[in-house]
Amino acid sequence: MTSPAEREGARDGGPVTAAGTGTGTDGVTEPAAADAGADGAWWAALRQRTQARIGLGRAGAALPTRHRLALQAAHAAARDAVHAPFDPEAVAAALPAMPTVRVRSAAPDRLTYLQRPDLGRRLDDAAGAALPRGGWDVVFVVADGLSSRAVHAHAAAVVLATTALLDDMTIAPVVLAEQARVALGDEIADVMGATTAVVLIGERPGMSAADSLGAYLTYAPRPGRTTDADRNCVSNIRPPLGLSHEAAAATLAGLVRRAAELGAGGVALKDEPAS
Amino acid sequence: MDERRRGARRLRPAGRAAPRQGPVSGYSAVLGGRRYAFTDLARLLAAASPERSGDRLAGIAADSAQERVAARLALAEVPLERFLAEPVVPYELDDVTRLIVDGHDRAAFAPVAGLTVGEFREWLLSPGADAGALAALAPGVTPEMAAAVSKLMSNSDLVAAARKVRVVTAFRSTIGLPGRLATRLQPNHPTDDPAGVAAAVLDGLLLGSGDAVIGVNPAGDSPRAVRDLLELLDTVIARHAIPTQSCVLCHVTTTLRLMERGAPVDLVFQSIAGTQAANASFGVTLALLDEAHAAVRELGRGTVGGNAMYFETGQGSALSAGAHHGVDQQTLEARAYAVARRYRPLLVNTVVGFIGPEYLYDGRQILRAALEDHFCGKLLGLPMGLDVCYTNHADADDDDIATMLTVLGVAGASFLICTPGGDDIMLNYQSASYHDALYLREVLGLRPAPEFESWLRAVGLLDEGGALREVSPAAHPLAAIAAPPLPPEIS
Repeated sequence: MTSPAEREGARDGGPVTAAGTGTGTDGVTEPAAADAGADGAWWAALRQRTQARIGLGRAGAALPTRHRLALQAAHAAARDAVHAPFDPEAVAAALPAMPTVRVRSAAPDRLTYLQRPDLGRRLDDAAGAALPRGGWDVVFVVADGLSSRAVHAHAAAVVLATTALLDDMTIAPVVLAEQARVALGDEIADVMGATTAVVLIGERPGMSAADSLGAYLTYAPRPGRTTDADRNCVSNIRPPLGLSHEAAAATLAGLVRRAAELGAGGVALKDEPAS
Repeated sequence: MDERRRGARRLRPAGRAAPRQGPVSGYSAVLGGRRYAFTDLARLLAAASPERSGDRLAGIAADSAQERVAARLALAEVPLERFLAEPVVPYELDDVTRLIVDGHDRAAFAPVAGLTVGEFREWLLSPGADAGALAALAPGVTPEMAAAVSKLMSNSDLVAAARKVRVVTAFRSTIGLPGRLATRLQPNHPTDDPAGVAAAVLDGLLLGSGDAVIGVNPAGDSPRAVRDLLELLDTVIARHAIPTQSCVLCHVTTTLRLMERGAPVDLVFQSIAGTQAANASFGVTLALLDEAHAAVRELGRGTVGGNAMYFETGQGSALSAGAHHGVDQQTLEARAYAVARRYRPLLVNTVVGFIGPEYLYDGRQILRAALEDHFCGKLLGLPMGLDVCYTNHADADDDDIATMLTVLGVAGASFLICTPGGDDIMLNYQSASYHDALYLREVLGLRPAPEFESWLRAVGLLDEGGALREVSPAAHPLAAIAAPPLPPEIS
C-alpha cells in the first residue's frame, strides 16, 4: 500500500489516513492575485473550491509568464526542501527536557538516499551499537525523510504535545535520524526494546506544501517483516494550513493507547472508529 | 532444447557461469580483451538495459559501461525463438508468464521467427515493417522480445519504430488515428470535493482537453466518494453531449461493486504489473480482471466502440512490491502489457516518472523509459499513452516535461495525461499541462479525436483553422459545469 512519504507503484485510492486536509499555498503560487478583469474574478471564485491551477490564461499555446514563474518558484521550494540538510542539534535544542540520541541510516548521503530506499531503512552499523537498550512503551524517532524543513518546523512540537498526553507511559530517548525512511523506526524500536515506534518524518514535498510532516505509528515492529499495512499514519501535519500539532498529538496518543490495548496496530486499528 | 541450438552464435557455455543442474546454459561476449558471461536470459537482459537507478537498487545492473555493451553484443546474437524456450519468470510460478507463453501466436510470429534480436531491430527499422506488417506481427511478439530489442535501440530508433504502429480503439471517442493526439483530463482534488473537481473539469475542457478520458484519481477508495465523482462526470458528459468517457481510478474491486449497484461506469481502471506477485500486491488477479471486463462490457455504454478497460503501469512497480524475480524493471514493464492486451483496453499509460528516483533517477532516465514503454506497448498492440511526469525528489524539471512530450508527440503517443498548470494537487507531482497538449498539437499539426474535435467546434471552442479559441468562461454554456451556483444535480 502507499503512504504519503513513500508513495510507490499504483495510484488508485490508497488507505485513508487520519489526516487534516490542508488548503492554501505558501504565497508564491496563488494565481488569483495576479488576475485582473471579469474573467479573473470569475476564476478567482472557482479557486475557492480547488487549489488546482485553473483559469491561468494563455500566451499562444503556453502559460503566461507569471504562471510559468510561479510554478518554478513552487518547484524550487520543493527541491530545496528535499536537499536541505537535517539539523539534529536544532531539534535537540527544542527538546531541552528530553534525552536525545543521534543516528544515521546506512545511506551515507542524499544522492544515495534518494536512489537506495533499502539503505534508508537500515541503521548504519555504528549507529545501531550506540543506541541505548532498555524497556520503554514508546520511542519517538524524528527522521528527516524527504523534507528536513518539515521536521525542523513541526517535529519537536509534536513530540512535546504527544508525550504530554502519555505521561503514564515510559518514553525512550528521542532518536534523531538522518537519511532515514519510515521503516528505520522498526530497527530502532527493536534494538532499543520499545513497544511502539512513532516516526515523525518529512513528507515528499508537493508544489503547495514543502513543509508537511507525517507520523507513522508501528506497534511491536519486526525489522524486515513489518509492512505498511502494519502502520498507522497521520499525515499533512502543517499548521496553520494542515493539521495542528495538538490535533496530531491527540490522534497519535489515542493510537498509541489503542494499539497497546489491542496488542496490534495497522489495519486492525484502522477498523476502529476514528479517534 | 533443439530450438536453443539453432542460434549457433550464442549458446557457448559461459566460462564463469554458476554450476546449474541440467543442460549448460549461458550467454557471453568478448569486449576489450575481456570475456563477459551472463548465466541466464534474465541476467543478460538486466545487464544490457540502459542505466537506471531501479536496476541498481535490485542489484542486477551491469557493473560497468563495458559490461553493459558486452551484454548488448551477446543479446544481439540471441535468436527470438530463444525467448519462447527460456521464460525470465518461471512458468509454474507466474500466471503472467503462462499468459505470455500460452497466448503466443506462432503464425503471427512467423515473419520474424528466424531472426536474432539484433536482426529484429533492423527489421523493425526497415521500410517493409509498415503499419500493416507491425499490426499483423503484434500477437506474435512476446514482452521479453520487445524489451530485448528495445535495449539495442537508440532513443531515435524507439521513436521511428513506434511511429509506424497504428493502434485504434474507441468508446465514445476514437483514440489512435493518424495525425491525432488525445488527452486525459485529470481534475484531481485532495479531498475528492465534487465542486473542486467540476471546476477543474471546466478548465480542462475550455483548454480543449479530455478526448481520451476525463479521469479522476480519488484521494481515498470509499465507494460513496467514488460514486459521487462518477455521477458528477456522467452528468457533465451527458448534459453537454461530450463525446468522451469518464473514469474514477479506484481499485477494480470498488468499481465492480459500484457496477453491481448501477453506478454509471464507462471504463474499468486498474494498475497492473508484470508478475503475478506484483499484481497480487495491487490486490489483482487475472480472474478478477476477467470478471470486471465482462461486467463493463455488459454495461456497453460506448457509442462508437467497445474498448472499456483502462490500465496504468510503470517501471519499478514489481521491485517496489518485492516481486521482481531478478528481472530488470523494463522487461517487467513490458510483461505488464501482456496483461493489458488480454482485455483490448481503450487506454494504457505508463506513469513513467511517477514511481520515483529510486527507479528512474533523473530526466534522462525518465525520457529513456518513456520511449521504451511507448515503443514496447505499441509493438505489443496497445493504445499506449503516457503520463510524462516527475516527482519533486527526482532530478527533473519542467524542461524535461517539455522535451519528453515533444519527443513522444513525434513518436505518435496515443494520448497524454494533462493536469491544470502541470501540477497535480492530489498526487503531488508534476505532469504535462493542457497548455502542453495545445503546444504539441500546434507544432506537430496534431488534432484531437475526431468526435471530440467536432464537439469542440460545435461549442465554439475551435476557430475555422482548427485552433483553440480563448473564450470568456462566464458567458460560455460550459460554465454551467462549475459556475456558482452549482446545478442542482451536482450541488
